[in-house]
Amino acid sequence: MTEVTQILAALLVLAGAFFCFVASVGILRLEDLFMRMHAASKAGTFGAGLPLVAAAIALGDASIAVRALATVGFLLITAPIAAHLLCRAAYRCPEVELSSKTIIDELGRQNVSDPEEADR
Amino acid sequence: MNSQLILEICCHGAFGVIALSLLLALYRLLRGPTLPDRIVAVDMLSFLVIAYMAVLVVNTGNAAFLDAASTLALITFLSTAAFARYIERWGERPDGNSREEGAG
Repeated sequence: MTEVTQILAALLVLAGAFFCFVASVGILRLEDLFMRMHAASKAGTFGAGLPLVAAAIALGDASIAVRALATVGFLLITAPIAAHLLCRAAYRCPEVELSSKTIIDELGRQNVSDPEEADR
Repeated sequence: MNSQLILEICCHGAFGVIALSLLLALYRLLRGPTLPDRIVAVDMLSFLVIAYMAVLVVNTGNAAFLDAASTLALITFLSTAAFARYIERWGERPDGNSREEGAG
């Protein structure tokens, strides 16, 4: 039984490291703040969450497992909220430019000329 | 016995991959053209450190790193929320000088 949990933990650790690597490559290579945020928050949540699940499984201790899973739950709740807050603030920030490959900008920030419209 | 060795090898491989990811995110932190790019990089860095601590828990069996990881998760959320509020103010700054300094 302990062998099964150790192999499972090894797979989860490797998957978490893979997601971490994908997130950091995305944060390095993508060309827009919002694309980078997309890579960072999605893959970052998995990259931090899967090793925590592995820690919950591998040690075989109930108190450690509860703490690790509570941390995973907290990450799953707060990471999208934080990413949304940051994206919303950055979208209103005039320095942050959208990529030239952007197909549609439904809020139409680029067309807003009235500064009072922009503040709202 | 054999699965212990596999777990050991996987943990050390994960240490290497996460350290490489930390370097890539650090490059974005240093280079990022605007302040929000840097804040995204800081957010990513703290996720990576949480992942590193979790792998360390698996590898060493020391549960103290788990408390550190959960505390870091708490702090990260608060700091990102605070940075988001700061960016909203930062966009309204009347003089354009400080923004240009951030790009250098």
